[in-house]
Amino acid sequence: MNIFVIMKRTFDTEEKIVINNGKISEDGAEFIINPYDEYALEEAIQLKDKHGGEVTVITIGNEDSEKELRTALAMGADKAVLINIEDDIEDGDQYTTAAVLAEYLKDQEFDIILGGNVAIDGGSGQVGPRLADALNINYVTTITKIDIDGNKAVVVRDVEGNSEAVETSLPILVTAQQGLNEPRYPSLPGIMKAKKKPLEELELDDLDLDEDEVAAKTKTLEIYLPASKEAGKILEGEIDDQVKELVKLLQTEAKVI
Amino acid sequence: MARKVLVFGEVRDGGLRNVSYEAVAAGKLIAEGGEVVAVLIGDEVKGFGDSMIQYGADRVVTVESDQLINYTPDGYSQAFLAVVNQENPEGIVLGHTALGKDLSPKLAAKLNSGLISDCVNIEVAGGNIVFTRPIYSGKAFEKKIVSDGIIFATIRPNNIQPLEKDEARTGEVASLTVDIKDLRSVIKEVVRKAAEGVDLSEAKVIVAGGRGVKSAEGFNALKELADLLGGAVGASRGACDADYCDYSLQIGQTGKVVTPDLYIACGISGAIQHLAGMSNSKIIVAINKDPEANIFNVADYGIVGDLFEVIPLLVEEFKKINVNA
Repeated sequence: MNIFVIMKRTFDTEEKIVINNGKISEDGAEFIINPYDEYALEEAIQLKDKHGGEVTVITIGNEDSEKELRTALAMGADKAVLINIEDDIEDGDQYTTAAVLAEYLKDQEFDIILGGNVAIDGGSGQVGPRLADALNINYVTTITKIDIDGNKAVVVRDVEGNSEAVETSLPILVTAQQGLNEPRYPSLPGIMKAKKKPLEELELDDLDLDEDEVAAKTKTLEIYLPASKEAGKILEGEIDDQVKELVKLLQTEAKVI
Repeated sequence: MARKVLVFGEVRDGGLRNVSYEAVAAGKLIAEGGEVVAVLIGDEVKGFGDSMIQYGADRVVTVESDQLINYTPDGYSQAFLAVVNQENPEGIVLGHTALGKDLSPKLAAKLNSGLISDCVNIEVAGGNIVFTRPIYSGKAFEKKIVSDGIIFATIRPNNIQPLEKDEARTGEVASLTVDIKDLRSVIKEVVRKAAEGVDLSEAKVIVAGGRGVKSAEGFNALKELADLLGGAVGASRGACDADYCDYSLQIGQTGKVVTPDLYIACGISGAIQHLAGMSNSKIIVAINKDPEANIFNVADYGIVGDLFEVIPLLVEEFKKINVNA
């Protein structure tokens, strides 16, 4: 089975956001594989263990993204592809990402493409469905289970707490929801092996893509931090008096009850 | 500049979801005096047309088919795109719900349009329709415009105020026949785990528990308080990882991002990942034994104490108001 994983490098969830000259500062920030993409990658490796085949992990980014690709290889992916757009695209959006990925994937043979249902930075969740549409394949988002038998797939997806069993067929794109699996940590032998696994680097030229063809369809005017919240009122006194006071404050001061 | 805007009325469990009315209000803003046309899709949805009109839509177009009993991206996109072809809108708004999240990128791809997801505010500024949306799960915000294609956005439930209901308002509810076919997904079964109670993303009140709740049974106290206030129960990652509750209840940078009117955090320490998911709530109450807990830094009101002592007292006190009211 030919398995592809689309992956994004994101800020570590521990990071505070700092804005410098209207942009989010990356100075000194720690980066990780987007946690939802990690579920996708783990599932891809498990599918390969069960059905055989090969896992290729793809990311769009710059040369720094090599670190996360090596981590993915150390976890068990076989090949990595970095589409380096640093010199070509400055302000891409979800259309851009989906269009670039589609241009690469349309020439590959794939049975299944996995990704996270959302990235914890941009948080739009658009790329998966947009990519599936560009490749003219079906998609199922926010999955918590997948069973493949030949050409058939039975997928369970999380729909706001309910779960839905979906019957569909390959080729397909699925996006991972929390609960799909427990991603493994790279093992030491895995890390050693990862250094020798193939990592291909491509640019837009190699895909015969012109930057105008993938230009963003949305534009960011401004990025800002929310007003910082002032520490509130810690109530004092006996617990039952505190509770009475709290209920009164919620009614009269906060007016939310 | 008056525009025609399509807004999606989402029917779930035999009723229109609140976010449908919020979408009408968003559509009005984008339309700048133009027509707001509501789209209803399903097997039997015509009955909800008047409600969309009473909340401000000018007209309603319904697409009904037995192929549309369950949501599938193929089925719903065929239906929605048929309405787009008939109406030629300059704006489209859907709720950023499970359905809206799944469907909108496909529609945007088919319409070759930009799409701004998960918006919490819409304004007209400098001749543009400017959308505000959280990034990094609410650690920051961005203002965006669609620069190519239809002005297309999804809105986060609970953030855009619906218009006042006007029962005297009337408008046309027309049906469009669409041949829905070639569905590549078949829904075999729906298991309703969240059958009871209010959906987290739309709840006005959330009572959330962390590791301090100590067990799955411990969550019963939180549930009682949530039920009393007409709210939903949520959890921190710590509580989910410890198996006290299902991951579908998790609030945070992984998990759901929520903005209720009232968020009551019980036994939650307040890790930065959790705060990202809830710190934009209107009013935050923290109950924690540890006076140094980080959650107190974002709370409007705090009680330092044992949640198992405080919550029953709270329940008692809220019951008094309900009786008085």
